[in-house]
Amino acid sequence: MNTFTAPEIDYVAISPILIVGIAALLSVLAETFLPRFLRRQIQLMLTFFSLIGAFIVLVINHNLRTITVGGAVAIDGPGVVLMGTILLLSLLSAFLIAERSLDSLGDAFAPSASALPGSVDEREFSARGYFQTEVWTLFLFAVFGMLVFVVANDLLFMFVALEVMSLPLYLMVGMARRRRLLSQEASLKYFVLGAFSSAFFIFGAGLVYGFAGSISLPVIHDSLASTTSETLLIVIGMAMLLVGLFFKVGAVPFHQWTPDVYQGAPTPITAFMGATVKVAAFGAMMRLLYVAFSGIQWDWEVILWTVAILSMLVGSLIALTQSDVKRMLAYSAVAQSGFILVGVVAASPAGIAAVMFYLIAYGVVTVGTLAVISMVRDSSGEATHLSKWAGLGKKSPVLGAVMATFMLSLAGIPLTSGFVIKFGVFAAAIAEGDTWLVIAAVIASIIAAFFYVRVIVVMFFSAPNENTASVAIPSILTTITVAATATTTLVLGIIPQPLLDLLSNAGIFIR
Amino acid sequence: MNTYPWLTTIALLPLVGSVIVILIPKHNAGLAKAVAFAFSLLTLGAVIAMALNFDANSQEAFQFTQSYAWIPTFGINFSFGVDGIALVLIALAATLVPVVILGGWDEGLESQGSVKGYFALILVLESLMVGVFAATDVFLFYVFFEAMLIPVYFMIGRYGGPQRSYAAVKFLIYSLVGGLFMLASLIGLYVVSAQITGTGTFDFTTLVGLDIDPDVQKLLFLGFFFAFAIKAPLWPFHTWLPDAASQAQPGTSVLLIGVLDKVGTFGMIRYCLEIFPAASTFYAPAVISIAVIGIFYGAFVALKQTDLRRLFAYSSISHFGFIALGIFVFTSAGHTGSMVYMVAHGLSTAGLFIVAGYLMARRGGSAQLSSFGGVNKVAPVLAGFFLIAALSSLALPGMVSFIGEFLVLLGAFQQYMWLGAVATVGIVITAAYVLRVYQKSMTGPLNPDCEGMKDLNGREITALAPIALLIIVLGVFPAPLLNVINPAVDRVMTTVGVSDPEVTFPILGESVTSEGGSE
Repeated sequence: MNTFTAPEIDYVAISPILIVGIAALLSVLAETFLPRFLRRQIQLMLTFFSLIGAFIVLVINHNLRTITVGGAVAIDGPGVVLMGTILLLSLLSAFLIAERSLDSLGDAFAPSASALPGSVDEREFSARGYFQTEVWTLFLFAVFGMLVFVVANDLLFMFVALEVMSLPLYLMVGMARRRRLLSQEASLKYFVLGAFSSAFFIFGAGLVYGFAGSISLPVIHDSLASTTSETLLIVIGMAMLLVGLFFKVGAVPFHQWTPDVYQGAPTPITAFMGATVKVAAFGAMMRLLYVAFSGIQWDWEVILWTVAILSMLVGSLIALTQSDVKRMLAYSAVAQSGFILVGVVAASPAGIAAVMFYLIAYGVVTVGTLAVISMVRDSSGEATHLSKWAGLGKKSPVLGAVMATFMLSLAGIPLTSGFVIKFGVFAAAIAEGDTWLVIAAVIASIIAAFFYVRVIVVMFFSAPNENTASVAIPSILTTITVAATATTTLVLGIIPQPLLDLLSNAGIFIR
Repeated sequence: MNTYPWLTTIALLPLVGSVIVILIPKHNAGLAKAVAFAFSLLTLGAVIAMALNFDANSQEAFQFTQSYAWIPTFGINFSFGVDGIALVLIALAATLVPVVILGGWDEGLESQGSVKGYFALILVLESLMVGVFAATDVFLFYVFFEAMLIPVYFMIGRYGGPQRSYAAVKFLIYSLVGGLFMLASLIGLYVVSAQITGTGTFDFTTLVGLDIDPDVQKLLFLGFFFAFAIKAPLWPFHTWLPDAASQAQPGTSVLLIGVLDKVGTFGMIRYCLEIFPAASTFYAPAVISIAVIGIFYGAFVALKQTDLRRLFAYSSISHFGFIALGIFVFTSAGHTGSMVYMVAHGLSTAGLFIVAGYLMARRGGSAQLSSFGGVNKVAPVLAGFFLIAALSSLALPGMVSFIGEFLVLLGAFQQYMWLGAVATVGIVITAAYVLRVYQKSMTGPLNPDCEGMKDLNGREITALAPIALLIIVLGVFPAPLLNVINPAVDRVMTTVGVSDPEVTFPILGESVTSEGGSE
C-alpha cells in the first residue's frame, strides 16, 4: 500500500519565490475587489514591496545551498545569482511600466486591452480616463514564473514555470496603447509560436522520461552515466527541450518572432521581456545541460555551436539592414543570444560565471536602451524609425550620451560592461578549446559594431531636421532607471573585478 | 632603482590641471589659460626630472615600472613603464603642450565657445598621450589609444574652421574603424597567449616572449597595423588628416600631427615589430611600398596646395612615409633614424603650424598662400622662425631632422639599395614645395594686404623660441637623444631577430650607429 508523504519544504530557501507568488495572488484579489481608483496604488505597492522584499530575503540567505520541495527545486549559487538578477531587472522594468509622464494620453498601455481597436468601447474607456492595472498582476506572475524557472530541478516543474512565465508575457505584449493592431499581431505571433515551442519542450521531456524513467534532472544524469544502451532517444529528447529554450532566447533558427514582438510590444514590456526572459531561459538552459545532460556533452555541444554561430551571424547581418530602432534591437538580441551561447558551450565554472555576468550586464543595457527609446517621441507616440533620430544627440546631449554609452556597450567597446562580458565568454570558451567559435564570434562582433555605431552616427553626426523626434520629459521613475542602468554599464566596464569575483565564488549548479 | 611613481605623476598632473581649469569661472578666461600653462610647465618639469633619472645603459627593458592589478581575471594590469623610445615621445608631448598653450593664447577662441574648455581638453589630451606611451599592458594601451579620440574630437569639432564638424566626424570614424580591427586583434592576441601559456595575459613583456605561430601572427599583425596606419597616417589611409588639419585650431593640429600621429608609428615599432616579428618581416615589402608611395604622393600633392595648413598636412603624410620606411627596413640606422625623425617632425610641425596660426590671426583667418607675400619685410622675426621651421621640414643639415632623414635613408640603402635611391628623390620634391611656400609668402613684393602687419610680440616669440632652439641644438648635438634611443632600438632589433646587413658603408656605417651626429 503506497502512502503519500508530503515533500519536505525548506520555506526559508524558497521564500523569495513565495513572496513574489503571494504578491501575485494578492494582486489578483486587488484587481477583483478594489475600486478602480485604488488599484494602481495598491498594485504598485504590492509590486515594489514584493520585489524589494524578495531581493532582501535573497541577499540575507545568499549562502543557502539546498535541494528542496522533494527534489524539484535546487537552490544553489547560480540559482541565487540568477534569481537576484531577475528581481533587480524586473524592478528596473517596473519603473518603466509605472511611468505616466511620457505619453500625453497616460501610460504605455491600452485602458482595456480586450476592447476592439477603434471601437466605441475603446473610445469610451479612454474618455473616462480608465487606466490599465491588470498589467501588474501579469507582471508579478511572469516574475514568479521566471524565479521558479531558474531553480526548477525537474522537467515538469520547469515546464510549469515556463508556462507561468510565458502566458502573462503573451498578454502583456498585446496591451500597447498606441499602434494596437501591431501590438495584437505581435501578441498573437508570440503566443502561437510560443505554444508551439512549449509543445516541443513537453514532448522532449516525455522522450527523456522514456529513457531515464524520471523527470528529475539528477536522476537523468545518473541514468545517463550508468547506461550502456543506445542514447539516441535521449539525445532527441534533449534537442527538443533545447528547441523550447532556444525559442525563448530568440536563437536562430527559432528567432522569427523577435522583431515583431520587440516592435509591437509596449516599450516597457519589451524592456522587461528582453532583459529577464534571457536570464531565466539561459539559467534554465545551463541547469538542464550541466546537471542532467553532462553525460552527452558531445551531442549538445554540436547543437550549441551551430545555433551560436547562426545566431551571431544572422542576427548581426540582418540588424545591419534595419531602419527601426526596436527591430534593430530585436536582431541585436538574437546576435547577443549567440554570444551568450558561446559562454554556455564552455561548460566550465568560468563559463557559468561569464554567462551570468553577461546576463546581468546585457539585461541592464537592454532595460536602459528601451527606457531611452520610450522617451524619444513625436506626435504619434514613440518615434522608433532611425531617420527620426537624426541629430537627436545635438538636441539633447545627455540623452544622446546615455544612448551612445548603451550602444558602445552592446558593441563591446572597452570601458563599458559590454566589453567585459564579451571578453568573459570568449575567454571561457577559449579555455575549453572552442577557439574557432570565438573567432566566429569576434567576426560577428565587428559586423555588429557597425549597426550599433550607426545609431551614434545618426544621433550626433546628422543635422536635426523637421522629422527629428523630441525627447519627452519623464517622471522620476524613468529617470531612475536610465541613471541606474547607465551608471551600472560604466561601472561594470571600468571596475568589473568585484562582480567577477562574486560570480566566480557563486560556484556551480548543484546536483 | 627609482621607486617614485614618476609616470603616474606625469599622467595625473595635466588631468588635475584640467579639472582645476574647468572649475574656474567662465568669465575669467585669462586665469584659466594661466593655470593650464602652469600645469603644462609643471608636467614638463616632472618629465625632465624623470628623464634625468633615466638610466640609458640599464639592462631593464622598461624603467620606472609600476603595475597594479586591474581586471586580474582577464590578465589585465594597469602597468606603466618607459624605454628610450617612449621616454623621448613623452618628452616631445610634454614640450609641445606648453608651446601650444602659449602659442594659442589668443587665437580668437572666444567666438567659438568656452575658452577654458579648449585648454582643459589640451590638458586631458596630454594626460592620455603620456598614458598611451607609458602603457606596458597592451589592453591599457588600447584604452588610452581610443580614449585620445574623445578630447581630439571635441578639439576639432568645437574649435575650428567652418567645416570643423565634418572634419571631426571624418577623423572619428576613420579612427574608430581602425580601433575596431585592433580590438579584434587584441582579443586574438589574448587567445594566443592563453593557448601558449595556459593563462591569457595582456602584459607586453610576456607577449613579446611568446613564440606565436607565423600564420597567426600575419592575421593579428594586420589588425594592429591597420589601426596604426590610419593613426599615423600612411597613404592610402590619410584622407582624414588634411581636413582635420585645415579645420582645427593650429594648436590642435600641432598636437594632432606632432604627437598624436606618432602614436601610430610608435605602435608599429613597439607592438607590430616586437610582438609579431615574423609577420613584420613578411609584410615589410608591402609596407615599404606604401611608405615610398606615400613619400611621393604627399610631396607631390603638397606642391599644388594653396592652403598653408593643408600643405603642411600633406607634407606630414610624406614625412610619415619616411618614418614608416625607416621602421620597416629593419636596420638599426633605420630605426634610430625613424625615432629621431619623429621628434624632428614633431618640432618642425609645431613651428610651422604655430607660425601659420600667427599668420592667420594677422590676416583675418585666411591661410591661403595668395593672402601673403613679402612678409619678411614687415615681420622679419616671424619670417625668421618660419624659415627655421621650413628648413627643418626639408631636413637641412644642422637641423635635427637632417639626422633623422639621413639615418632613415642610410638604413634603406643598407637593406635595399634601389629603394634608398628612389626615396632620396623625395628629398628634392620636399625642398621644392617647402621653398616654394617660403618664397611665395615671405619674400617677393609685399602683398598690399600684408601692409602694416605686426611682427611677433614677446609671448609669440617665447612660444616659438624653444622649438627653434631644440631644432638646432639637437641638430648639432644629438647625442642625448641618440643615447636614449639606441639601447631601445637595439632591444627591438634583438626581439625582432634581425641584425644589420653585413654590407655597410665603410665611411658611415660605424660612426652613424654609435654617435649618429658626428658626421
